[in-house]
Amino acid sequence: MKTNATASPLKITRNRLYTLIALGAFVVLAIVADLFFDAFTLRVFNLCAIYIVLALSLNMLNGFTGLFSLGHAGFMAVGAYVCALLTMSPQLKDMNFFLMPMVPWLRNVTIPFLPAIIIGGLAAAFVGFLIGAPVLRLRDDYLAIATLGFGEIIRVLITNAQPITNGAQGLKGLPRFSTTFTVWIAAALVTLFMVLLMRSSYGRAMKAVRDDELAAEAMGINVFKVKVTSFTVSSFLAGIGGALLGHMITTIDPKMFTFMLTFNILLIVVLGGIGSISGSVIAAVVVTILMEVLRFLDEPLNFIVFKTAAMPGLRMVVFSILLMVVVIYRQRGLMGNKEFSWDMLTGLFVRKGRKGGTNV
Amino acid sequence: MSEPTSDLMLRTDHVFMRFGGLTAVNDLNLEIRKNEIVGLIGPNGAGKTTAFNVITGMYRPSEGKVFFGSDDITGLKPHQITAKGIARTFQNIRLFKEMNVLENVLVACDMSIATGMFGATLHLPGYVKREKEARKFSMELLEKVGLKHLAFEKGTSLPYGQQRRLEIVRALATRPKMLLLDEPAAGMNPQESVELMEFIRKIRDEFDLTILLIEHHMQVVMGVCEHMYVLDYGVTIAHGDPASIQKNPKVIEAYLGVD
Amino acid sequence: MTLSLLLQHIVNALSLGSLYALIAIGYTMVYGILRLINFAHGDVFMLGAYVAFYGITLVSLPWWAALLIAIVLTAMFGIGLERVAYKPLRDSPRISIMISAIGASFLLESLGVLIFGGRPKGVPVPEVLSRVIRIGPVSTVVISLIIPLFTFGLLAVLVYIVNRTKTGMAMRAVSTDIEASRLMAVDVNRIVSFTFGIGSLLAAFGGIMWSFKYPQLNPLMGVMPGLKCFIAAVIGGIGSIGGAVLGGFLLGGIEIMIVAFLPTLSGYRDAFAFVLLIVVLLVKPTGLLGKRQTEKV
Repeated sequence: MKTNATASPLKITRNRLYTLIALGAFVVLAIVADLFFDAFTLRVFNLCAIYIVLALSLNMLNGFTGLFSLGHAGFMAVGAYVCALLTMSPQLKDMNFFLMPMVPWLRNVTIPFLPAIIIGGLAAAFVGFLIGAPVLRLRDDYLAIATLGFGEIIRVLITNAQPITNGAQGLKGLPRFSTTFTVWIAAALVTLFMVLLMRSSYGRAMKAVRDDELAAEAMGINVFKVKVTSFTVSSFLAGIGGALLGHMITTIDPKMFTFMLTFNILLIVVLGGIGSISGSVIAAVVVTILMEVLRFLDEPLNFIVFKTAAMPGLRMVVFSILLMVVVIYRQRGLMGNKEFSWDMLTGLFVRKGRKGGTNV
Repeated sequence: MSEPTSDLMLRTDHVFMRFGGLTAVNDLNLEIRKNEIVGLIGPNGAGKTTAFNVITGMYRPSEGKVFFGSDDITGLKPHQITAKGIARTFQNIRLFKEMNVLENVLVACDMSIATGMFGATLHLPGYVKREKEARKFSMELLEKVGLKHLAFEKGTSLPYGQQRRLEIVRALATRPKMLLLDEPAAGMNPQESVELMEFIRKIRDEFDLTILLIEHHMQVVMGVCEHMYVLDYGVTIAHGDPASIQKNPKVIEAYLGVD
Repeated sequence: MTLSLLLQHIVNALSLGSLYALIAIGYTMVYGILRLINFAHGDVFMLGAYVAFYGITLVSLPWWAALLIAIVLTAMFGIGLERVAYKPLRDSPRISIMISAIGASFLLESLGVLIFGGRPKGVPVPEVLSRVIRIGPVSTVVISLIIPLFTFGLLAVLVYIVNRTKTGMAMRAVSTDIEASRLMAVDVNRIVSFTFGIGSLLAAFGGIMWSFKYPQLNPLMGVMPGLKCFIAAVIGGIGSIGGAVLGGFLLGGIEIMIVAFLPTLSGYRDAFAFVLLIVVLLVKPTGLLGKRQTEKV
């Protein structure tokens, strides 16, 4: 964390001004995007926001509490499914559940998006709490593999609970509630939450647990409680992210929530810097855009002199190599565990207003 | 030695700690009085650190009980024992490696995160007030031990001796009644060791502490300890005041046998 | 349930268990030496199967020659993988090397999709192996019998190497204390390479046998067996070869038996391993044959 101990009041004001300008510029960008971008571009733009939420929630565990969890996709699935089942109308549910009718008590429930997404998040948090309480007694590798296991179990359960989840067919035609406004408000709130949390004594306790569990315990920190809390809150945020994702692409099925999805989020967290909020935010934007821009890699390539056939998979090859190169040659990612600050920027060179809303 | 028992700060009652076939601590009976500085000495592998780990709740004893004041603290979690008023340092310094000096101390102030996660995150008035007090208290502590000017340096970047001091400050920030120091003089030259012992006496007086410290070089602690226990292979082979320990044939044998 | 059907299931359980055991050994040996979950191990398994497949179909080698060549090539590949993806990170935090392993796994899978194509490929199973034979009341394909036989043979060789040879002794030394071994003039890099070589060799053999038993290839075929075998290794007590074998057979047996006796649960087949894992970790965190470790304070 940055320490502002020596900064003069004037300087802080100037940096705050920059922040306000950047935020304002970003709001304008979001409005412009919402009004004028084509559907595809707008979708990528909004996907960035969702990945910010997801990356921050994973970073809270991996980066700030030092818990290496690989089960994130499972919690996203819980959030996405609960929220979707609560917002879909009975007619829509009937259309989806043509193989096997839906359980009646759930069929007739339809509530607005806001309470639905919060219940989705809470459901994910509850599952996280149930899983966390036993699993968090395990250490590093064991924890990683056990969370991975739980992620898979959640997915298998969803696939098999056909009367509730429609099984492998998934749910189609969800109402498109994840608007530009919704997703970016969510991203802003989650970012703000993380920044405030990490500046508080509770965030400090999490970092202490990450740095040295035994010493933290000896300093009077209830390490287990901190871990369970972190895991639960992270699951909540993952559930929110999953619900937003579901209501953006309007289709969810169990195959969406494999380890692959966790990998994508992990990629963002590692590239941005494990333990850096601004790193996660920047990397979420960069990776999401790259993922879409690089889709051309999977298509036939035209090098003028020769053309290649379509190469599905090339994009993931590029991303895997990228991840490994970063881990091997720049272990600490883009930001390390530092945070973005205007001083850091002006220290490099002036590069204005490229990214707003992140450096609160 | 028939002082009233109400004076007792820490007592271990027939404590055993076994790992498989190895008995690391064998029938340990410590009796430490308020405001005493007590040395726990013995050759390497004598079970001193294991005894610390039992007292601070890192290990649960195989047999026996630990009393702090009149409370039975056997089997409590380390953080609960810290909350009762026992703080410790580690033999192999364990600072929070990504934190600066001030944050290292602040963590130890946070003991009762009573505001909870949301109070802290939302910076509720109660939290803000406590955080301010914690900062002030931490800075005062750092000033007292001469580390204030390094408050914003990374803890692990300090020279070795200052890291040891920082660990002691960090333990003090939990506002303990009793302090357990695990080889505080390790790696120091004789001059530094003497200074450290002075420092230990000073904090005992200033913070009204009872101190138990581990050392395997007997000479270092002779001057500062009022009472000593000598362990060898887990067994308490002698205890008493420094002068009697120095003359004890069993102690001499244990030390000559090893060093 | 007739006796013959039960025996049938036992044969199936034995051969699936053998395959799991073969792969689990690779995980356990690598973990024992480097404390690394080699997430890419399942993909090495996939690679072995593909190389043999192309040996048979493209180069028209006899199946046994394709098998041998594929095993050797895959073992070399495993050694190379360690050099590129893990060696530079040997002194880094555990999380870095684990992320590199996950990256390597995804790289191999997406390379698989790119090079071999995403569509499943049918494996031409050699006639000798797919022949049905009857032993008493049990009728089974040859491959299901060959798998356990070869597995036990390979295990015997492995146990001999680890316990009786100098290299094996060095391996055990490195797994106990890598720094001390280095000081005792053990060539740690050579031992690590050797370990990866052996692990990949067994995985390749397992992969090829798998493809003869379940004759279909796809680039993601290693993911589930890989995860399950890591779980088998953890259940048995990671770091212990005997534990990996035990875990492999236990997992294979339970999977076959549950599907056989409780067919309504077969949809949950892939979750059994994880449930078992979590139960074992909570009851005995170091696995069935693992040793207890306490952190030194």
